[in-house]
This record gives sequence, structure tokens and C-alpha cells, in this order.
Amino acid sequence: MASLRDIKARIDSTKKTKQITSAMELVSASKMNKAEQHAKGYVPYSEKMQEVVAHIAKGTDASHPMLETREVKKTGYLVITSDRGLVGGYNSHVLKLLQTTINERHNSPDEYTVIVIGRKGFDYCRKRNIPVSNSIIGVADHPQFADIKDIAKATVQMFTDKEIDELNIIYNHYVSAISQVPTMNKLLPIEDIQGQNGTTSQYEYEPNEEQILKVLLPLYAESLIFGALLDGKASEHAASMTAMRSATDNANDLIGDLTLSYNRARQAQITQQISEIVGGAAAIE
Amino acid sequence: MKTLTVSVVTPNGPVLEDEYEMVVCRAESGEIGIMPHHIPIVAPLSIAAVRLKKAGSEDKLAVNGGIMEVSSNKVSILAQSAEKPSDIDVERARKAKERAERRLQSNQDNIDKLRAELALQRAINRLDVSSK
Repeated sequence: MASLRDIKARIDSTKKTKQITSAMELVSASKMNKAEQHAKGYVPYSEKMQEVVAHIAKGTDASHPMLETREVKKTGYLVITSDRGLVGGYNSHVLKLLQTTINERHNSPDEYTVIVIGRKGFDYCRKRNIPVSNSIIGVADHPQFADIKDIAKATVQMFTDKEIDELNIIYNHYVSAISQVPTMNKLLPIEDIQGQNGTTSQYEYEPNEEQILKVLLPLYAESLIFGALLDGKASEHAASMTAMRSATDNANDLIGDLTLSYNRARQAQITQQISEIVGGAAAIE
Repeated sequence: MKTLTVSVVTPNGPVLEDEYEMVVCRAESGEIGIMPHHIPIVAPLSIAAVRLKKAGSEDKLAVNGGIMEVSSNKVSILAQSAEKPSDIDVERARKAKERAERRLQSNQDNIDKLRAELALQRAINRLDVSSK
């Protein structure tokens, strides 16, 4: 049986850990609120973008490489993970989805490549020899568009240059503070564009449709990537909050158990001491 | 006076939404002026100032590329960034301009000329908008 002092030390250290985890829970909660607002601020842009793209893509015969489905020789996966741990199953869910997808669809590493956002995903791929063609580490908690513009642009460029023939994005979709769902979406080629029906006004194009599509579609794809990143960030903070909450709960349970055994041990020690004294006194008499 | 609604949105949120009498912007094919009840039009914008006119006064926005869409008397400008003169960090823009100029002048191969050129345009545009 552990000595009194050992138990005491464990209780103290667990208490300290609990302080940290409950502080981190509060931090994550406030970050999550911010990230949620951030994601909401982005909605007008993405909606408008979707609307314009839908308008144009529907009313036109003009073709663009990004709208065309071609034979898939190489698939790109854009994976959004976090830079640090302590976020519960956030990273493992996304990476598991990536791994199962790769196992199901591909036989050799030549058939796919991965673009990673976040250190966890990067380390994972490097350990397992998954080809990584581009990565970005250290994205801010509340990313600005400029932070990921380069990687988004480069990724879209890979598709345009026919390095990859399909682009999927894997991230945690934020449903609510307690639920995040790992999701995979096909980003490129752009297939089903949903827009509001009804207002099918005929546009005049300046200078012409091809030129517009050339500018618009990369912007659209980049905006989808950014949207997924914001979504992922909100999920990250939510996951971190939940993980820290359960850590705090566990610490509370542990402290309860330890305190109980501490008291028992103390009681046993006192009883022993009394019986020793009584025994000693009896021996003298 | 007739007006049209102008909304400028960027990935970081809406920048401006208001009624104006005329919008002048530089599309990639040249300057375009939009007046109320313009027919629906879509045009890519170049990195330049967007001028918004209302009751004799003029507002300016530094818009970095993007797309302009006009339909049912509403002008939507979608850009990766757009700034009002008061929001522009002049010092930062000036530094960016110097940096881009240095890059363009140093004749090294490993420098992305196009990127430096675009950065220079953005910086000049910002300075231009903030100065007036």
C-alpha cells in the first residue's frame, strides 16, 4: 500500500493538472466562440461567391478545365489538422478517414498526394511515408485569408497544371460545440454548384465568359478551401474544449478516490499507533 | 436621385454596404462606370481603386482584384481584400512597396517576378487610395 506521503503527492499533482485543464477549457471555449463568429463573418462572401458562380456556370456553354471531369490518374487530398495535441479525437478522426480512403482507393503511392495544413497531419504523413506535396504549419487560431492564400493557390494550380486530376478536402465539420464530424468533400473538378433558383438573369460578360471563368473559378475554389479551414478551426477549439472538460472531470474523480484512500490510510495509521501505545503501556504494567 | 446598392464582401467579412449614385471601377478590360439600373454584368477587376459617388462626394476603396457582379440594381464586389482609406496601414504599404521594388530590381532568377509585380501594384493602390 502506498504511503501517506505518496498519496498526498499524487493528490497535489492531480489538483495542479486539474487547474491547468480547467483553464484550458475556458480558453478553448472563448476561442471557439471567436472562431464561430469568424466563420459567420465569412458566410456572406461564400454565399455571394456561390451565387455568382452558379449564375454564370448555369447560363453558359463556355468550358473551363476546372469544370471538366477527366480520367483520374492522381488524386489530391487536402487535409486540415491542428498544430498541437490536447484536442481529443480531432486529429485522429480526420487522419483515420484519410487513411481508410487511401487504403480503399489506391494501390500505390503514385496515385495520390496529400496537401497538409497543421503539424499533426504533417507528422502523421511523414511517419507513414505518405507523399506530401505541400504543407503549411502554424496557422493562426483565427486565420486570415492571406495566411492560406498561397497554399490554396498552389493547390488549385496543381489541378490546373494536371498534376492532380481530382481534389478532395478532408476536415472536421463543425456541427455544434459537442459534435464535429470528419467530412470529405470533392472540391475539384467543380461538379454540382447549387445556387438559388429563380433569378436567372442574363448577364453581360466583360470581356467574355472564358475570361470571367478564368478569374472566378480559382477564386471560388480558394474560397471553399478557406471556408473549410474556418470550419475546421471552430471544430478544433470545440474538440479541445470537450477534451479539456473531460480531463477536468477525470481529475475530479481521481482526486475523490485518492482522498478516500488517503483518509483510510491515515485512519489505519492512527489505529496502529494507538494499539502500539496501548500494547506498550500494557507491557510496562 | 436614383441610387444603387453597393456591397463589398471579402473572406474576412463585409467591408461596405450602402446606397450610391455611381460606381466607377477598373475592370481588366478598362474602366467601367455603373449607374443605377445597369443591365446585369459580370467583370473581373484589376488591382485598383473603386470610386463610389454619392451626392457630390466620392468614397474610395482599395480593392485587390476580384469580381464585380451587377444584377437587379445591386453591385456586389467580391475581392480577397478591400480596404477603406481609414483602414489602410500606410506604413506597411510603403514598406511593401519598397520591398517589391527591391525584388524587381535585383535581377535574380529565383524571385517570382509576377508575385513581386502584383505586390507592388497592391502597395501602390493602397498608397494611392489613402493619400486622397
